[in-house]
Amino acid sequence: MARVELNNVRKAWGETVAVDDLTLTIEHGELVSILGPSGCGKSTILLMLAGIYAPTEGELRFDGQVVNEVEAKDRNVGIVFQSYALYPHMSVRQNIMFPMRFKQVPANEASRLVEEAADLVRVGDLLERRPSQLSGGQQQRVALARALVKEPQLLLLDEPLSNLDATLRMTMRSEIKSLQAKLGITTILVTHDQLEATTMADRIVCMKAGRIEQVGTPDDLYSRPSSLFVAGFIGAPPINLLPGKAVDGKLNVNDFSLTCEGAAAGDVTVGIRPERISFAEGGIPGTIDQTEPMGRETLYVVSCPLGSIRVLEAGSKAHRRIGEAVAISFDPSDTLVYDSRTEALLGDVRARAPS
Amino acid sequence: MAGNIRATQARQRANFVIFLGPAILLLFLFYVAPVIVNIFIAFTDMGSDLKWTEISTENFERMARKDRILTHTVIPVTFFFVLGTLAVFNVTFGLILALVTTSVQARSGAFFRAIWLLPRMSPSVVYALLWAWVITPTDYGLLNQVANGLFGLPLTDLMGNNPVFLIILVNGFIGASLGMIILTSAIRSIPEHLFHAARVDGAGGWSIVRHITLPAIRWPLSFITVYQTLSLLVSFEYIWLVTDGGPFYDTTVYALYVYKRAFFDGQYGYGAAMALVLVIVGIVVALMLWRFLDMQRLMQEPRIEVN
Repeated sequence: MARVELNNVRKAWGETVAVDDLTLTIEHGELVSILGPSGCGKSTILLMLAGIYAPTEGELRFDGQVVNEVEAKDRNVGIVFQSYALYPHMSVRQNIMFPMRFKQVPANEASRLVEEAADLVRVGDLLERRPSQLSGGQQQRVALARALVKEPQLLLLDEPLSNLDATLRMTMRSEIKSLQAKLGITTILVTHDQLEATTMADRIVCMKAGRIEQVGTPDDLYSRPSSLFVAGFIGAPPINLLPGKAVDGKLNVNDFSLTCEGAAAGDVTVGIRPERISFAEGGIPGTIDQTEPMGRETLYVVSCPLGSIRVLEAGSKAHRRIGEAVAISFDPSDTLVYDSRTEALLGDVRARAPS
Repeated sequence: MAGNIRATQARQRANFVIFLGPAILLLFLFYVAPVIVNIFIAFTDMGSDLKWTEISTENFERMARKDRILTHTVIPVTFFFVLGTLAVFNVTFGLILALVTTSVQARSGAFFRAIWLLPRMSPSVVYALLWAWVITPTDYGLLNQVANGLFGLPLTDLMGNNPVFLIILVNGFIGASLGMIILTSAIRSIPEHLFHAARVDGAGGWSIVRHITLPAIRWPLSFITVYQTLSLLVSFEYIWLVTDGGPFYDTTVYALYVYKRAFFDGQYGYGAAMALVLVIVGIVVALMLWRFLDMQRLMQEPRIEVN
């Protein structure tokens, strides 16, 4: 299992820069997710690690060895594509056998490994079928078996779950996670789905426009997003982001003044997660604009002097009616204040509602 | 309800006539009717005066027994010409061009494909004239300038010594481009992920061609083979322009021979009989290839996609 390093990696096609100055280390046996919107360069990183693209600048290292010049076929990585990329004219057995053709493995040993890999992902009874005769979930398992059969030092997953329906996605999520833990294989999962990233990964690399925004555990990214982008990208329903101005110890949001704890000046954005806001007597007054029952919780949109605020309350039933007068409050320690210009988190600044 | 259904049926019939009618009419006028007329003429002794005196199978007996040029020269030449052009150029070389031009940079690929399209785009008379200059047997011919001037090989007379090879070259340089274009688009339609997956799985260039590309373009490849076989069987335009079937009858393919007998010698009846045999051979070959290459499945649904 490999320890993967990317040092100042850049990938550009002419003027278009897909990945810029990217430095990242992935430890042995770690499951790291690269998360970002489409076009942020996350798949490019994967294809560079696979050896399909060569980095324009910088180096890639597997276990300390520079692999920039090593061809895809000699890197010993396994990859699962979003489309699964199964060879349509080959049976499941031939598909999984394909990587073994290029290894110096005796035939009976190879077929034993193929059957093992197929059993591992529970497609052992589908070996004679064609990919077109399989469901999406089955194809995905076959793709996984094909990636794993050669015992790669690195497993790359490119949006592996996005073509599956919601229920199957949840099953495969936990299956891939437990498989990865069992095999202890270094795995990189590329996804645009924050839920996929937060539920599966040991660490998340959040990317925007070819650059890393933040690297950390799922909890780091959720509770302490280091930039406005990460704050807005992670969390559903999304965080409340309130643009305002910091003047003389006050944070003026719309026409409302919050107390600023800590040193801030100029344009700032105050972020508060919807579930960190509660309805409480004596808080900021407002009225309910919208109710969205979400199952376990209910989302309210409250119109108040701060603007339109999303509030998430436990309970499946909407107790409050549209137009009802309410008051909301939040704990200053749950507020995140960002510099609107640099979009960076002002770590020691908090916002407090006047009491 | 019943009225509705009847109206729909009437509309369907009207649509059938409107959409298929013109094509069926043209097909009948310019294909079916001439074939029927041709069948009739084939059993007569009609000459260029369009008069005929008897109906017999004389023309077919002549083809089978008496016409030594046909049986001993024209048919073998046609066989080697079609097979050679097909095997060397129209399928194999077209495939190689498609593989190479899709694996190099997109721009240079397009450039080389454009070069190989030039013969097809230029007027056939111009193209034939260029060949005449290339093969001129003196040291002014392009071929001899290169072979003799550059490599010191003796002067060659391609038309005199290797006439069948020459007509294969002349037709193949044009014919390769159709296969190239169809197979290029077929290769392009293979999802890129398959190539990426194969490379990561450890396949090298040749393995990718053999295990990924060729199986994926099997159907277009069949189509090219069938189509080119049939079109080579009936084509004689370039041969006529470059060699005029000569020297003697050495490059007279079947279709050219029919043309010459019918329109130069005014033997309409005999020409029609030979043409009829060509039509039958064409249909038989088409049906055989249809069967062996499983063309039916090719026609039913797109076969160059995955899944």
